[in-house]
Amino acid sequence: MPDTQHIHSAFGRPLEDLIACPSCDALYVARMPETGGRAVCDRCHTVLIAPKRKAGLRIIALTLAVLILVVSAMFFPFLDIHRLGLGNSASILDAATAFSSGPMAALGLGTAAMIVIVPLIRMLLILYVLTPIVFDRQPFAQARRAFRWSQELKPWAMAEIFAIGCAVALVKVADLAQIGFGPAFWMFSVLVVIVLFNDNYLCTWSVWKSLETPKNRG
Amino acid sequence: MEIPGNSEEPRLTAREAGLVACRACARVWTPDHDRCERCGARLQSRDTGSLQRVWAWWVAGLTCYIPANLYPMLVTDTLMQETSSTIVGGAVEIASHGAYGIAAIILIASVLIPIGKFLAIAFLAISARRGSHVAPQKRQHLYEVVEFIGRWSMIDVFVVAILSALVQLSSVASIQPGPAALTFALSVVFTMLSAQSFDSRLIWDTARRNRRDRTT
Ligand SMILES: [Zn+2]
Ligand SMILES: [Zn+2]
Repeated sequence: MPDTQHIHSAFGRPLEDLIACPSCDALYVARMPETGGRAVCDRCHTVLIAPKRKAGLRIIALTLAVLILVVSAMFFPFLDIHRLGLGNSASILDAATAFSSGPMAALGLGTAAMIVIVPLIRMLLILYVLTPIVFDRQPFAQARRAFRWSQELKPWAMAEIFAIGCAVALVKVADLAQIGFGPAFWMFSVLVVIVLFNDNYLCTWSVWKSLETPKNRG
Repeated sequence: MEIPGNSEEPRLTAREAGLVACRACARVWTPDHDRCERCGARLQSRDTGSLQRVWAWWVAGLTCYIPANLYPMLVTDTLMQETSSTIVGGAVEIASHGAYGIAAIILIASVLIPIGKFLAIAFLAISARRGSHVAPQKRQHLYEVVEFIGRWSMIDVFVVAILSALVQLSSVASIQPGPAALTFALSVVFTMLSAQSFDSRLIWDTARRNRRDRTT
């Protein structure tokens, strides 16, 4: 087993130049790949660094678009339904509050959090972190904590899963009644596409590098 | 990526280099740090409590999954009748109408995938301690699949939420959520937490330890 001496002679680099694979702990000397390229862990194939051209500005633009879509989608009807002359339409908030009685209220709260609140918080955190970086300013206070939280919340933001859920719901009641899509459904469909693109643009290593202020180096 | 050393040799890990890596931001530190100075995440060379937490959430998830299958997910009121359907019951009913494809999708999403997830996490946790003949690359891949698929199981709960909000046509037809919606949601959340608790670096440690045992 090599000791600390060995590593410094083998790599000959200060610790801040190294990168350890979060999945398998393999140690590398970090080197930015060309823009558009990817640095991949050769042991477990986790993507470690993947810088994209003008990523910061694009992420900010896309995140603002998602923010506007989610907020406006909340107030428009999502799906509407007709049968025997009776009709009803449901917004996203109606879906989130569908579980309202007793222990089901907790489920309603959880649903609202996963389809609206957590995605919104994540977007605000990302804007808070990236805006100063993109415009070459000093990062805002607590930006690093904000970015870590935005990454930890990622699996719990389920807006896109909700959108697919609508399609399934449609199939399930197709023989019960007629269903139509409201404007919010189309907003959410656009949102799903943007969310997928956005996550693809964000290179966390590049962001962490930008947030590393000189006083923390070395 | 610069790859120091001979690529034939097993890759040096941060732990073997006497360093501790941050899993949140990939920065490495000397072992005297207990929090990452860059992102503030807690540092642990190997998360020793990891497997206990994996099993605790796993048991909680399985406990919630059983009632999720016994109680109704949806209660449908139409002019003629009130029907409540469990996950499997709903799929059987759809199949009896001839829609075998949709019935199969429901069975795969709500039965096969959750059970597969429980088995996969159990296998990963056991093999992380005991070692396994399955190559670490394959186990890492399995772990990534479990993490990816985990959140998609929530789709069932969202469908129930959408239907209960939408299908409220007074006496003609209305749909209410059943108790299984709650336990199924809890089961999905607990299974996600179980998978997140797993420290995937353990997969690679046992693989390397086994290889060393064999060569010496
Ligand atoms: Zn790796
Ligand atoms: Zn860190």
